[in-house]
Amino acid sequence: MTQAHSDGRDALRAELRWAAIVGAAVALIVVAVVFAGVVLGINPPSNIEHIDPKTLHLSAEFTESNLGTRVDANGQVTVRVVTTQFSFIPSCMVVPAGQPVTLRFASPDVIHGILVTGTNVNTMVVPGYVAQVHTEFTETGDLLMPCQEYCGIGHSQMIATVRVVPAADFIPDAQGKVSCEPLR
Amino acid sequence: MSRSVKGLTLAHFWVGFAAFVVAAILGAWQMWARSPLPAPAYSPDLYYLSVTAHGVSMAYVLPTFFIMGFGYFVAETALKRPLPGAPWAWGAFYVGILGVALAAGSVLLGQASVLYTFYPPLIGTVFFYVGLVLVVAASWVWCVLMILAMAGWKRENPGKNVPLAMFATVANAVMWLWTTVGVAAELVFQVIPAALGWTETIDVGLSRTLFSWTLHAIVYFWLIPAYIAFYTMAPEAAGGRLYSDTMGRLTFVLFLLYSLPVGLHHLFMDPEHATGFKFLQMFLTALVVIPTLLTVFTITASMEVAGRMRGGKGLLGWIRALPWDRPMVLATGLAFLMLFFGGGGGLINMSYGMNAMIHNTSWVTAHFHLIFGGTVVIMYFAIAYYIWPTLTGRDFASRRALTTQLWLWFVGMMVMTLPWHYLGLLGQWRRVAEFDYSNPIIAAWGPWVIVSFVGGAILLVSAVLFIVNLSSPYRQGATKAPDAVAYARPAHPAPYIRALNGFGMWNVVVLVLMVAAYGFPIAQFFIFDAPEAIVHRVNGGG
Repeated sequence: MTQAHSDGRDALRAELRWAAIVGAAVALIVVAVVFAGVVLGINPPSNIEHIDPKTLHLSAEFTESNLGTRVDANGQVTVRVVTTQFSFIPSCMVVPAGQPVTLRFASPDVIHGILVTGTNVNTMVVPGYVAQVHTEFTETGDLLMPCQEYCGIGHSQMIATVRVVPAADFIPDAQGKVSCEPLR
Repeated sequence: MSRSVKGLTLAHFWVGFAAFVVAAILGAWQMWARSPLPAPAYSPDLYYLSVTAHGVSMAYVLPTFFIMGFGYFVAETALKRPLPGAPWAWGAFYVGILGVALAAGSVLLGQASVLYTFYPPLIGTVFFYVGLVLVVAASWVWCVLMILAMAGWKRENPGKNVPLAMFATVANAVMWLWTTVGVAAELVFQVIPAALGWTETIDVGLSRTLFSWTLHAIVYFWLIPAYIAFYTMAPEAAGGRLYSDTMGRLTFVLFLLYSLPVGLHHLFMDPEHATGFKFLQMFLTALVVIPTLLTVFTITASMEVAGRMRGGKGLLGWIRALPWDRPMVLATGLAFLMLFFGGGGGLINMSYGMNAMIHNTSWVTAHFHLIFGGTVVIMYFAIAYYIWPTLTGRDFASRRALTTQLWLWFVGMMVMTLPWHYLGLLGQWRRVAEFDYSNPIIAAWGPWVIVSFVGGAILLVSAVLFIVNLSSPYRQGATKAPDAVAYARPAHPAPYIRALNGFGMWNVVVLVLMVAAYGFPIAQFFIFDAPEAIVHRVNGGG
């Protein structure tokens, strides 16, 4: 580093050298993020799928009988949840460990958001949109799924349970549904 | 300096600091409520009323009034010419006070518990939003006065560098005019019509996008006074020179450019935006690292110059030779430490993929308390201490009380926010009034929540000591202080570069960047006509 009595050109040279280091640091950060996004496929939930909050209960997908965990003919596991002031429907959901799971959320009222403790599962649930997260749960046990966005006075009470069970214990019924009750 | 501008600056500062101390009390109580310890007077209604009041005071009242007051001070002392339009400045001050009164009244009556970030379709009383619009309108008057003051100086001093403190102040004013467009559009076209009962539904995706326009740049609006102190006060207080005046100008221009087209990084986890624009704005966010690190270099080099002038030797001996008993020097050092932790956390927040790990957890709360409450607010203290003798005409009773207060703030902020970072990684979520500590996952967090509450209590002590310190020159027998403020001189005369002495060209660049970054993300709501949400009135429709 230069002394106080050096001329302005030295200062400029030192600044430029530092600017090159900064530029390299920023480039490295961006490359790491691009790598994670493009190569590893780590992307935030961004599916832009409209759904009318005013008629959510009349929609085919988010009617009460279709909520919770469902395994389709191809074996794909999908969990559908309605987030509403101040509860989740259903408030407990079962998922298999070590298998791809798709979580789909919709809100009939205000903004909510969910995260699952100990995982990277995280999304806002904005009325007007289906929020969708793809994930794979690695460890079995009960995890907390709270509402992470202020949704009104009862916000703190809005918590659900994600029950991760071994794949062998994950047995769909005749309709392809799996729920917490028979497992209790 | 003139009596009129002294009074103007003091009036703004006292309003800001009064709001600050109230908010510090509320903040400490909120941490108590969230901890395993039983808090007095707790109820969820009171908690969210308190969070709203804390956020509005800390985010809107303190910085806006502080920045306006500081701008008037800089315009007169750095330019060494009378402030143009002083009656307008007083008018704006009273409009701002009226706005604060309306908003505060609405919140305290429990009619606006929507937090300072609004969250429509939750809707509070219209007086809350109108009050905040008045505060913003007052700040627009300030912006115009700052621009006029610099233009007047440039007419009288053609071909000369605008003093850096004023150049930076006008950079902030120009940036603030751009910044407020988003939230103003949200309030005027969506929220206020709903609050008045004219509309019953709201396009929530659009309102979130408009708010995000404001949400990041507003933090740089708060931050720029801290940077002004880094560049134009800290080197002088340390007894040295500013290493590079040109680098300072460049830094403030880069802040203007890169604080605006980046707000979508607050919406990474939102379903109403596609990956492409999230990616673009993540990239632009990464560029904000550049002015921050340029500043770290230039200010560290300036401090090194000072340390060596004071006889410091060796690779790091100059650090010890610095006058750490001077509040401005100490605050700058502590601010840099907090910027290191807060900035490091910020890199994770802006990383498009990693954001999922910490979005809406205590990690985020920790991040902005460290950057704003830490780096920025400790520099607000330092600025107040630096110019208070000039403003009041009297000196502080004890310099030690000032540095003690700064140390307490630093320690309190670290003790509060380091556990928050950790708890955020564990998945502790935000905006919770109380936790159910009977749950084993949550019970394990309890001890760390108590540690952070202790940090909050230390911050409260520091906040009260700050007010006590500011009152000391008003006491009888305080010694008289000289009527001048010294700004740092550059180590080398800076060349005159036209582009670094005005904002005409840079405004065009901002416009291009904003159209590129926000054009489609906003237009999509009009092209595809997203379904709207029903308005939820938190004040029972009154």
